[in-house]
Amino acid sequence: MATSLDTPRAQAAASTTGVQRLSRPLGETGKYLVLALFSAFFMIPLVWMVSTSLKNAEELPLYPPIWIPDPIRWDNYVTAFVEGSLGGYLWNTVVVTVPSVIGAVLSNALIAYGFARVQWPGRDYVFAVVLATMILPDFVTFIPLYLIFRDLNWLNTYYPLILPIFLGSPFFIFLLRQFLMALPAELTDAAHVDGASELLIFLRIVIPLATPALAVVALFQFIGSWNDYFGPLIYLSDVDKYTISLGIANMESAYGFSNFAWIMAATCMSILPIILLFFFAQRTFIEGIALTGLKG
Amino acid sequence: MTAAASSFRFSSSRDRRRLATGLLFISPWILGFIVFRVYPFLASLYYSFTFYPVLRSPRWLGWDNYVNLFDDPRFLISLWNSTYYALGAVPLGTLFGILLAMLLNMRVRGLSAFRTIFFLPSITPIVAAAIVWLWMFNPRSGVVNYLLSFVGINGPAWLGDPQWAKAALILMSIWSVGNAVVIYLAALQDVPRELLEASSLDGANAMQKIWNITLPMISPVILFNVIVGLIAAFQFFTQVHVMTDGRGSPADSTLMMSIYLYQSAFEFFKMGYASAQAWILFLIIVIFTMILFRVSGRLVYYGGR
Repeated sequence: MATSLDTPRAQAAASTTGVQRLSRPLGETGKYLVLALFSAFFMIPLVWMVSTSLKNAEELPLYPPIWIPDPIRWDNYVTAFVEGSLGGYLWNTVVVTVPSVIGAVLSNALIAYGFARVQWPGRDYVFAVVLATMILPDFVTFIPLYLIFRDLNWLNTYYPLILPIFLGSPFFIFLLRQFLMALPAELTDAAHVDGASELLIFLRIVIPLATPALAVVALFQFIGSWNDYFGPLIYLSDVDKYTISLGIANMESAYGFSNFAWIMAATCMSILPIILLFFFAQRTFIEGIALTGLKG
Repeated sequence: MTAAASSFRFSSSRDRRRLATGLLFISPWILGFIVFRVYPFLASLYYSFTFYPVLRSPRWLGWDNYVNLFDDPRFLISLWNSTYYALGAVPLGTLFGILLAMLLNMRVRGLSAFRTIFFLPSITPIVAAAIVWLWMFNPRSGVVNYLLSFVGINGPAWLGDPQWAKAALILMSIWSVGNAVVIYLAALQDVPRELLEASSLDGANAMQKIWNITLPMISPVILFNVIVGLIAAFQFFTQVHVMTDGRGSPADSTLMMSIYLYQSAFEFFKMGYASAQAWILFLIIVIFTMILFRVSGRLVYYGGR
């Protein structure tokens, strides 16, 4: 039922013409038809991925394609670990992702607090600079950065992927600042009068209240680090240091067609942590994404 | 007089203390800004005017890299490819993003199920998505052409055909529109119901309500998404790198600016030339962003803010 029909006056208005009365149920069906079509479009690749991950090598090239493999080859998942060294890639990704998440939460919380709840001269001009850096493409800065890390002898280590995150990111600063500015001043006024230091107020009062926003930052950073391809691509050269994205791309180009089933199994495994996280923290996700669009 | 002077001095020393506190809190950002933003920004500008084979030190060239770029057919192709992709993917993504959000906003049964289905592709790792789509676009046994055969279409070779490769990438980009759907949906839920109800009483039809109320009310969010989308589209890299083994094949038809830039830097080790490419990419992004802000001045409604 459309909203306008809920009020009696609108109902009266709608019933005045027969055309409108007829077009309502048609519109309803059409709505669900379009939604169903798009749902199919969004789901088919994921269903196809799972289905392919359970196939026999002989079933791969068949046309028309088979959706339900027979027999179901669960052992493709074992092969992904044994042949594809999936376990190593997953572990490397954890090694990069966990400190990155910690770094993003710590640094951006501190920085955002400095922009949101400490009054200092020139603050809003500096914040404008933070926002302006958002349109600076990574492709402009990556060559000098690569050369810096080369000179530090940090190529083929995880430092270039982790350390910059400890220095904040404009997007997260913006997100957290919005949240912190919305907290009422009275919350911290009393502590200020009592002479508490800003650091104490930050740790004891503001951080606990900002947990939902910090969860959004943690989630986004987790996904960002877990899915990152470009960073590992330019900084890592030993295959046994590869993270999952790079590792899967490497399996795809190294093994190719006839091994596609277990490569798809590895691909499914790479998505699994993200999907699980999504279902456990769906609200945080949706609210976080919605928050990102509220910039006017 | 003395009281005013002392209170002034007091507030200035307080200001200084607050300045110190503020700067201390944002000090990680200041460090990152200098080391990871300002320095690389200026250094890449400098490199773009040099001959810099990575193992030797840079040698000043003047404008040569830029002049050579516009004589380089592969660069011009990459410029065309990136523009083609951006002007295809961003408007389509915006259109479908808004359309789907509007449908979900119409009191749909199973809203959260639909939202989850729409959203899952946008958190799927890009590499995983690229590998699946590569497989689905396979002209002989792929799912895409199989599904098209049901409506009587004999599908093209997609990523194997220079005419269709970019279309395949744009089609794939629509798959991850769910992120934008969630943002638009949140914006739509903030449109005041009274406005819509009042206009139905005045006899406005659905199209008039969308055009005169809903779209203006969410226009700041549309602008934000279009800008973010455009910046991302011009840096489109991972999918192409994975699906074409970093080549931008077939026949350079998917050679994006980012891909060619990467090749210049890490396959041909021409850091100066690559930096010049990066700067042209940057200027294009700045120009498009400025145009969007200029045009949007007339189109975007900020609710009297």
